[in-house]
This record gives sequence, structure tokens and C-alpha cells, in this order.
Amino acid sequence: MKKIVIGILSFMILTNLSTAQTIAAADVKTVDGKTVNTSKFTNDGKPIIISFWATWCKPCKKELDAIEENYTEWQKETGVKLIAISIDDARSASKVGTEAKSHSWDYEIYVDENQDFKRAMNVNNVPHTFVVDGKGNVVWQHNSYAEGDENHLFEVIKKVAKGEKVTE
Amino acid sequence: MRNNTKLFLFAITCGILTSNHLIAQSIQNNFSNITLGEVHGNIQLDAQYYIPDSTIGAPKVPEKMLSNGFANINYTRGKFTAGIRYESYLNALQGFDARYQGNGLEYRFASYKSDALEVTIGNFYQQFGSGLVLRSYEERGLGFDNALDGFRLKYEPIKGVYLTGLTGKQRSFMTYGTGVVRGFDGEMQVNETFAKLSDKKLKVMIGGSFVSRFQSADNPSLVLPENVGASAGRFQLSRNNFNLNGEFASKINDPNATNNKIYRPGDAQLLTASYAMKGFAVSVSAERSDNMNFRSDRNATLNNLLLNYTPALNKNHTYSLLTFYPYASQPNGEFQSSEEVNWKAIKKSNYKLDITVNYSAANDLDTTHSLSVDEAHNFQGYKTKSYSFGKTTIFRDFYVEVNQKFGKKYKASLIYSYQEYNKGIIQEPGAPTIYSSIIVADLTYRMQGEKTVRVELQNLSTKQDKHDWAQAMVEYTYNTNWFGALLDQYNYGNEISKERYHYYSATIGYTKNANRITLSYGKQRQGIFCVGGICRQVPASNGITLSVTSSF
Repeated sequence: MKKIVIGILSFMILTNLSTAQTIAAADVKTVDGKTVNTSKFTNDGKPIIISFWATWCKPCKKELDAIEENYTEWQKETGVKLIAISIDDARSASKVGTEAKSHSWDYEIYVDENQDFKRAMNVNNVPHTFVVDGKGNVVWQHNSYAEGDENHLFEVIKKVAKGEKVTE
Repeated sequence: MRNNTKLFLFAITCGILTSNHLIAQSIQNNFSNITLGEVHGNIQLDAQYYIPDSTIGAPKVPEKMLSNGFANINYTRGKFTAGIRYESYLNALQGFDARYQGNGLEYRFASYKSDALEVTIGNFYQQFGSGLVLRSYEERGLGFDNALDGFRLKYEPIKGVYLTGLTGKQRSFMTYGTGVVRGFDGEMQVNETFAKLSDKKLKVMIGGSFVSRFQSADNPSLVLPENVGASAGRFQLSRNNFNLNGEFASKINDPNATNNKIYRPGDAQLLTASYAMKGFAVSVSAERSDNMNFRSDRNATLNNLLLNYTPALNKNHTYSLLTFYPYASQPNGEFQSSEEVNWKAIKKSNYKLDITVNYSAANDLDTTHSLSVDEAHNFQGYKTKSYSFGKTTIFRDFYVEVNQKFGKKYKASLIYSYQEYNKGIIQEPGAPTIYSSIIVADLTYRMQGEKTVRVELQNLSTKQDKHDWAQAMVEYTYNTNWFGALLDQYNYGNEISKERYHYYSATIGYTKNANRITLSYGKQRQGIFCVGGICRQVPASNGITLSVTSSF
């Protein structure tokens, strides 16, 4: 009986485990070949967007192009930073930098060549976008891109920048 | 047990249940510097109900319904992470190797990371450099998983130096291969390690790896090497907008099932150079692979127990008629090159234009059959000149893509690709080379609010195989959550008029944050599919398909 009570108590405690999600730790590379650990991603307490994409993923590039058109305004208003993580493997990893530059994306670009960060963040398919608050907690995530989704994304970022809770 | 005790414990339990929240809160208040960790994961389920259709050759499936399911659950607390993956193939979908059978915990690991050292026990994935000597990874949509199971250490002794050592056995469907794998990799970011160089514009990376597999000799008539090692050296140079990187690998004699058991050593090289600035980029890559099929079991074939990865450098296409005849890397003998130029209008305008031109080619190696033997009298197989290539075309792809925006409502893409596909070398000896011309038009119209319509029209013309095909797709996005699509792939050019089939399908999908569910009816070819805002690898299928993915 004692065991059952202890078991129930432990279960009660365990189910109150934090459901907040921090950025998983994995090594990714910059386009220059430098290794960076994702746990070091920071934006001085301001919101971060982490967007998983690939050079072969057209909806991903559409999303990043759509955000680029508003990026300067978004940054002015909320200080947000977008980190674009490419899951291209050795077939196309060398084209990540060229693709990003030719699209004039002003984001921080990293290559997750063996998809370690993708697995650690439980991403199934791309595009998959996360919004991280000033404390490093993932407060919102979305899979797929439809025209106009960037407006929803901006609503979420504005809330996060003000410190409000994101409910959707 | 006495009634009083039972009652007492019942009361306590009720008290606990009702004050659960208070307990948690007080624990948090008293021990606010102790967190209890996080539990996160993801699931993927693909289920299909098969409709037998003898006209297109769809076989009768005795189980009627097949499904593949995956669930990853990871626990993280501070520097400690542990996770499991439950997989279920009851039974595996058509197009997946039948050795994926049953269910169970096919992946489990625990890892601890301090500042300089990271230890992982159990299953892990790992790539050294570009993968020419080691790439352990998963590609769930294709049924590929060559995870390692063992021990891995990662150590950063000084800033900018990364060392990795590992040992393990490789996953083979629902079990493990017999070979024992050992590997070591070292990489140095020269500008980080040597503080004096940190401000230099030229960034340098150098690295090297060594991988060896042990497998007992199992053939009485051949003296088989029990330890087969492969090594590689790599570098990357970056300066401003220029980038140059390369990897050179070699393997000692490795008579195996894919190379007719010859004793010739193997080698592979991969080189990429690129230049990129805002709005313009050029990239050139080349790869040569000679007898570099490297596995943890010398008798394994197809996609089983592969240790390394030789990349196919041709453009990764997403439109189905462009990937009708896809190139597959030939690690035992290929020379590839791929050049691409991207140009995109920079000025903020409602009429943005961007153009991509890509030319990719693959040839065989210039080999001469050889009866020569090494010092141990082992058959070498063939001779070839270093860095040379042969006259036989294996693959060609000349590709032009133009994307144009017209205001805020219209987007259009136009693609032309001319391809040559040596089916005899890539698929089945004796098959002809297929020459095809493909045109793709992709138009998006943004209607009121969030509603969008996308129309995709494709045409493939060839005088070989089943001749001409056309494909039309209409995708309607109702809002950020709902979409629907109708697709038809029509073999209108088939010489046998009664075999001019329509491969039609209808899909409906719902996405909410990180959850997604799609239901389709019809036929689908194998490849990369981008529908409803998502791209994924999909194997060939036929019938009613349900797909669910979720991350939590």
C-alpha cells in the first residue's frame, strides 16, 4: 500500500513536469564551416524565430521570402531575429549559402547537415517554424506554410515581444 | 489490511489528488532552483488502405491495410537527455523493405553534455565531414535508417578543435548487423584555435577521419580482410563571398557483394566552389567515386548496412515529372559535376524576377579490365587513371527556372529541363538511355484574405520507355488550417493506347500549429512531394492514405 501511495505521489509530481520547451542543444555549422551549438542562440531577451527549411523545399523558400519583405519593419518594432536552419544534406549543403545570399535573406543561416538539430527539436517535415521568447522558451510552433501565414507569425511575435502569453 | 488503515490511505490519496497543484507549486517555491526536466517528442503515422487495380499493376494486398508508425519521446533535464523511439510496421507500407516488420523500441539513447565533453550511449546518428567515410542517418519517408548502437564521445579540448570517437553496431531493419564499427574524427576551426587569426578575413577549417569495420572472414575460398578501414581528409576555405571546400577519402581492399569481390582499394573526392553576393550566386561542384561502396557487412546489398554516403550532386527536384527518372549515386564508379547560377532581382518591387540555371552531369569511370593481382595474389578487377572519367553518360540535366511575382496576388514559375537517364546503369542492365524534355508551369493566385489557389501543369516528352506524360494539379488553400488538392498524371503518349492511364488523386488536409493530418485517395508516385505547404519524401503508393504528424 505504501508503495502505491508513493507511486501515486511520484506520478502527481511527474505530471507537473514543466511543459515549457527550451531550444535543444545540437551542433550546427555556419556557411563558413564554423561549428555553433544551438543552446547558444540568443537575442538579448528579444524574440527569436527558428525556421527549418531546405533548398529543395519551395514552400520554405516562399515563407522566408515573404518574411524578408517585412523583416526590417518587424525588427524595428519587436527586435526579433530569424535563424534559418537548413536541413540540406551533402547533396545540396554547399548550395545553402548561395541560395540564401541570392535571395538576399538577412537572417542567420546555419546548416544542420545530418539533421541532428531537426531531430532534437522533433521536426517531422519542413517548413517548421518556432517562436522563442526572451527567456529562451519555445512558445509557439507551426508546420507548413500557406500564403499569408507570415501575418499570423507577426501577431505571435508582437505578443511575445510585449511579454504576453501566446494562446493559439 | 485493517479498515482504518484503508480509510486513512484513501483520505490521503484524495487529499493528494485535490492538492496536487498546491504540492507542485510548493515544491517549485521551495526548490525553485531545481527543475524537473522537459518531455517532448513527435509522432508520425502513415496508414494506407490498398485497392487492388490490375490495370495499372497495383497488386492485391492481403492485409488490405498497412501502416508505419513512429513515436519519439525525449526527456531533457539540464545537461542530461534520454530518449526512446517506438516504431510499428504492422505491416510495413508497400514500397518499404519487408524486413521492416513488427513493432518495438527501435531506438533508445542517453546522453550527457558538459562544457567540453559529450557522452552518448545507445543509439545515435553521426556524419563525418560530408559523409564520404561515415554517414549514419535516417530518412523515414524512404525507410532508411542505419543508426549506430554503441558508445560515442565528443570532446572539445581547446577552442575550435572538435574530436569525436565512436564504436558500435549498425541497425539493419529490426535488428543489428554483425560488423563492429569504430570511428574517429577530428576537426579544427583554425581561426578559433589560433586567437591571432580570429580577425583574418580568410576562414580555414581542416579535418580528418578514420573509420574501420571488423567482420569475421566467412568465405573459405578467399582470404578476406577482417578489418577494413577508410580514411578521409577535408578542408574549407572561406573569404568574404568565396567558399571552397573539399573532402578526399580512401578505403583499403574491401571485397564485397557489390564489387564482385575484387581487392582493389577505393577512393572518392568531393569538391565545391561557390561565390555569392546579394542577388547573385554561382556554385560548382564535382565528385568522383571509385569502388567506395562501404558497409559494415561485406555481404549486404541495396540500402542495408551502408556506412558511407556518396551524394548525388544533381539538382534536387520537387515537381514529380522532373524526378520521373532520378539519378542515384553510383559509389563504385562515377564522375559527377554540377554547376548552378542564381540571379534574383534585389530592389523591392512588386515585379520580382529570379532565374536559376543548373547543369548537372554524371559519367562512368574510364576503366580497363585487369587480370593483375596484388602481392597476396588477389584479383584487382580493373585499372583506372586517377581523376579521369569515362565516355559513358549516366545522367544529364540541363535546367532553367524562372520565377516572377506580379504584384501581391500572382506568382508564376516556369521551368524547362532536358534530361538523359542511363537506365541500364542506374536501374537494370540492358535498359536503354531515356532522353526527356520536361516543362513545368506553377501559378499561384492569392484570393480574398487567406484563400489561395495554386495550379501546376507539367509535361514530359520522351521517345523511350512509356513515352509522354502530362500532370495537372489544383491546390486550394482555404485558410492557414485547411487545404485541398486534386491531381492527375496522365500517360497520354503511351504507344499502347489502352495503357494510357490516369493516375488521379484527391487530398484534403488540416494543419494546426505542429499538428497535421492529411487524407488522400488515389495513386501517388515515389519521390519528394510538396503539397499543402509541406515537402516530404513519399514512397510509391496506391489507395486511401492517412498521414498524421505531430510535435509536442
